[in-house]
Amino acid sequence: MNYTEKVMDHFLHPRNVGKIENPNAIGKVGNPACGDIIEIFLRINPEGIIEDISFETFGCGAAIATSSMTTEMVKGKHIDEALKVTRDIVAEELGGLPAEKMHCSNLASEALHKAINEYKAKYGLK
Amino acid sequence: MTHRIYFDNSATTPVRKEVVDEIMPFLTELGGNPSSRHYEGRVVRTAVEAARAKVAAALNADPAEIYFNSCASEGNNTVLRGYMLGLGKNTKKNHIITTAVEHPSIFNTAAALEKEGFEVTYLPVDGKGNLNLDDLRKAIKENTGLISTMFVNNEIGNIYPVEEIGKIAREHNILFHVDAVQAVGKIPVDVKKIGCDFLTVSAHKFYGLKGVGSLFVKRGRVLKNLLTGGHQEKGKRPGTENVVGIIGMGKAIELAVAELDEEAKRVAALRDHLEQRVLAEIPYTRVVGDPSHRVPTLSNISFRFVEGEGILLKLDTEGIAVSTGSACSSSDLKASHVITALNGDPEEAHSSIRFSLGKHSTLEDVDYTVDTLKSTISLLRSFSPIYDEFVNSDKH
Repeated sequence: MNYTEKVMDHFLHPRNVGKIENPNAIGKVGNPACGDIIEIFLRINPEGIIEDISFETFGCGAAIATSSMTTEMVKGKHIDEALKVTRDIVAEELGGLPAEKMHCSNLASEALHKAINEYKAKYGLK
Repeated sequence: MTHRIYFDNSATTPVRKEVVDEIMPFLTELGGNPSSRHYEGRVVRTAVEAARAKVAAALNADPAEIYFNSCASEGNNTVLRGYMLGLGKNTKKNHIITTAVEHPSIFNTAAALEKEGFEVTYLPVDGKGNLNLDDLRKAIKENTGLISTMFVNNEIGNIYPVEEIGKIAREHNILFHVDAVQAVGKIPVDVKKIGCDFLTVSAHKFYGLKGVGSLFVKRGRVLKNLLTGGHQEKGKRPGTENVVGIIGMGKAIELAVAELDEEAKRVAALRDHLEQRVLAEIPYTRVVGDPSHRVPTLSNISFRFVEGEGILLKLDTEGIAVSTGSACSSSDLKASHVITALNGDPEEAHSSIRFSLGKHSTLEDVDYTVDTLKSTISLLRSFSPIYDEFVNSDKH
């Protein structure tokens, strides 16, 4: 299966790239050996709303597109809502991913969860 | 379609016009079976045998030593499996030596033979992708029956010392197979000089058709058939001949060899220009392979901190076709075993791009590609976490 138009759009025009200023939650997953590293930066306000979010990704087209999509889906949302975003939902939102890309290159939601869970632990939130 | 730049000639080449012209009568008017005794059959038989003579001449072989088949994967399977089947229960010569950087049609076939009880040694390569012949000498054992190496590597373009390997094989009375798929049309291929027993060729790598290849089997050497059937190819490869493929292959190899010297010089100059510009204008790039022992058409370059598939996709949208050893562009998600074999660094395998030029490549194509690469690499690096980490460390 080839990439969908939506995947290509997010790959060619990635949203929320780079590093935002003063992030208060960061999540990083992957390693260079498997070919994908994804880092997500968030600024979460005291009400738990994701005010800003961005990513940096070393990886294939799917890795970049899913990173872009994930950040777009949760920007402005409450962190508890953001935790409901899984890799399957991201893939669905992109119109599907090639089967072999589902796991190794669709890690952005994991990076997001990692960042939020660490943030919650830090501030004693449940 | 807008102008496309095709720098993936090691994957396959477009069929050249002279080949199309050569096969056209056999697609339209001359439709006989070459095995038939009537006029329609005889005309086609004559053309098939003329093609065989051309392939033989190009390789300095005898026409009787050339067997047409469907592709190089078939040729490589025929040699390895045909050798194994020929041994039968005799396990005295069940050791095969090959290399760690072979094409999957050798690599995976050798692995399948191991499951059948064969012993296989995979010779390592050094950081530049070269073999050490001492490793070969040391690997030879009492039960070594076959050595199989490629002439030219498909991913990095290295030329392997097949003449020396052939000499070592003969000294030890070991059969020698050469996978010459990436060599024909790029460097001279002479079966007598190499001193091989078997040699694999595929037509679509030198502007012939896909779905046709040939196997050189030295007179007196025997391989067990993989297929049973009719008498075609002297009973060694049953099935009605791929007539247009074979006739096209004859024309394509004749032209490839005739044009080789001039074309090699022209393409090498373009390739060197591409490489020099990339290395000078894009930081953290390096050539993968050995620039002093390479075919003129190929350059494999690693672009640190970015992943190959991203580069490939971006270049594709800009009209440029290249390929990558990156895992992410293959469906098995494994990084190139070839580039990983060079230095054990999967990151380099993930970041490498193969540019394979051909007879249609021009200087304008090369310059446009380098210009496009500059913006592509800097864009992809702008949001690469490992590049970010690198520039914010003291290392650079």
